Amino acid sequence: MSTATKQIEELANTEYKYGFVTDTEQDIIPVGLDEDVVRLISSKKGEPEWLLEWRLKAFRAWLKMEEPHWQNVTYAPIDYQGVSYYAAPSEKKKLNSLDEVDPEIRATFDKLGIPIEEQKLLSNVAVDAVFDSVSVATTFRSKLAELGIIFCPFSEAVKDYPELVKQYVGSVVPHTDNYFAALNSAVFSDGSFVYIPKGVRCPMELSTYFRINAKNTGQFERTLIIADEGATVSYLEGCTAPMRDENQLHAAVVELVAHKDATIKYSTVQNWYPGDRNGKGGIYNFVTKRGICKGDRSKITWTQVETGSAVTWKYPSCILQGNDSVGEFYSVAVTNNFQQADTGTKMIHLGKNTRSTIVSKGISAGRGQNTYRGAVKIGKNASNARNYSQCDSLLIGDRCGAHTFPYLEIKNTTAKVEHEASTSKIGEDQIFYCESRGISKEDAINMIVSGFCKEVFRELPMEFAVEAQKLLGISLEGSVG
Amino acid sequence: MLQVKNLKVRVEDREILKGINLTVNKGEVHAIMGPNGSGKSTFARALSGHPGYEVTEGEVLYNGQDLLDMDPDERAREGVFMAFQYPVEIPGVNNAYFLKAALNAKRKQAGVDELDAIDFMKLVKEKLKLLHVDDSLLQRSVNEGFSGGEKKRNEIFHMAVLEPTLALLDETDSGLDIDALRVVSEGVNAMRSPDRAFIVVTHYQRLLNYIVPDFVHVLSDGKIVRSGGRELALELEEKGYAGQTAAGARK
Repeated sequence: MSTATKQIEELANTEYKYGFVTDTEQDIIPVGLDEDVVRLISSKKGEPEWLLEWRLKAFRAWLKMEEPHWQNVTYAPIDYQGVSYYAAPSEKKKLNSLDEVDPEIRATFDKLGIPIEEQKLLSNVAVDAVFDSVSVATTFRSKLAELGIIFCPFSEAVKDYPELVKQYVGSVVPHTDNYFAALNSAVFSDGSFVYIPKGVRCPMELSTYFRINAKNTGQFERTLIIADEGATVSYLEGCTAPMRDENQLHAAVVELVAHKDATIKYSTVQNWYPGDRNGKGGIYNFVTKRGICKGDRSKITWTQVETGSAVTWKYPSCILQGNDSVGEFYSVAVTNNFQQADTGTKMIHLGKNTRSTIVSKGISAGRGQNTYRGAVKIGKNASNARNYSQCDSLLIGDRCGAHTFPYLEIKNTTAKVEHEASTSKIGEDQIFYCESRGISKEDAINMIVSGFCKEVFRELPMEFAVEAQKLLGISLEGSVG
Repeated sequence: MLQVKNLKVRVEDREILKGINLTVNKGEVHAIMGPNGSGKSTFARALSGHPGYEVTEGEVLYNGQDLLDMDPDERAREGVFMAFQYPVEIPGVNNAYFLKAALNAKRKQAGVDELDAIDFMKLVKEKLKLLHVDDSLLQRSVNEGFSGGEKKRNEIFHMAVLEPTLALLDETDSGLDIDALRVVSEGVNAMRSPDRAFIVVTHYQRLLNYIVPDFVHVLSDGKIVRSGGRELALELEEKGYAGQTAAGARK
């Protein structure tokens, strides 16, 4: 057995660091899903009639759809009737300060190192922490409000800004878009809502931490970000989840809308429980993320570092409708042990002079399977569209796999599309070279992997880049004993 | 400083070194010469701890310690340095960052304070000047897209920064034109000191015109068949290895 393979064996023995369960009394509705459940969710949240109708439309559409199986992953069948579709911490009275938050929940956040504390807030991070389905605390909102920026839980936006929600929800990812998006539209619990008004540059990174913590409770986050004309915003999303034996379904929807001259940067670090070293447990992460560059010269950048989940299925995409609009996708996906990822992006060029860039780095270790799946579509009116795609795969050990499925659909002859792909193995030679300089094997692997991911890490906000590198370290930890 | 006793090394089930004995003292430069396949590079790589080289017998003492018992990175931190025949590319890893990590790993082991970025850069600039190496090497990824000459210069630059006690040069001259050879050799000569020893593995005597050895050893079929002073290298250049192999066989 090669050294690298041995390292992965050892790596496989590393326990998931964030696996613990918080014992908080929860308000959970019984398992199962039918129209009454959808109505119950809506009424628990005190939603207006139009939103209930929208949920029901989605639910009826979902009933007629079939779960997709074209992706390059395998998992045990999901019992949609065995899941509870709503859970909320039982104390639901309005909180005026963080001191009022349930100490158990606070402790959980502390263990995760979630920056809800004052110090962190002073360092310019506004945190909207979602504990299971209901937002527990939202901070910095008054400061943002002075600029006209809205950053609040989705459920609050429904109450306080119904016109905005009504106008945009489902406008990028329709309720009939796909099986999981339809399910989300029917039963979504909460999520974040962001609106940046015309000409405003959001002065801080907006960040949300999600955490799944109720047994048998699917998570159905829904996030909507709107950048009005000339607005700029950078949004960070980071996740960890406690250790569970059952597979947990997570089907989120994220919609981004960038108007004329607006810029949205959406960054994700995802470290949900990946299952144990035998492939038992772990999160099913079936996410629909899509942004539309609606206006001319608008820009959307997706950056993701995916290290967790048992199964990942997501394609953060851009619809480049405005002329001269820009879409970017930077991704690092790590699969280890029995993890599977089928991820990539879709760049849909509709406007003139639209440009897109795709940089995907897949790292496979253990028996991990990593698939890049990307589509570049150039519409017939999209003259002078440009795309550059680069897909690199790194293999650690000899039992993992990397797969690349690029799809191109070009209907305009002025388009220029480039695709580069590479697959490499962390060589014993590279590791030995580092060692011969006095660098330990573990540091060597981290260094080589970080080097491989550099083009993606530099797209992350500084603070997140550090966190991402740490997560990568944790994911590959133990690989060298 | 280094005592090699009856060292036998196997590579993929083939015995390459069949009992090497060698003593190297502080301040000495030893050249290991020999025809292709004689085991010269195997010797250097085995001393550096390369995982593909299995020691089946023998003993190596380095400053009184059992060298063979140490992991490769441990050996490096204890002052053994290997300049590679084929330096390895590490894409995306900044050369200066890499070297700083290496130096600080060594300093940490020695119980010395780690250098911060400013002090490290100061040291690096000094070494670059000493070696007449362009500082563009610093900002590039480790060996990535380097020409053959740049790679070898980078090896010597690493050596200068890490200041080893025992430096192993594995065919450092291979693939170098005469100008690059001169630059590399001058670097090595600048590093010569009473506290530091070199083992220079080379096929050609021409390197030894620049790096003048104290001792020359001829390796043939996994054994040292002749040892001598510098003049031995000159004799080899004139007569070739064929005679040596025969001479070794006659012994």
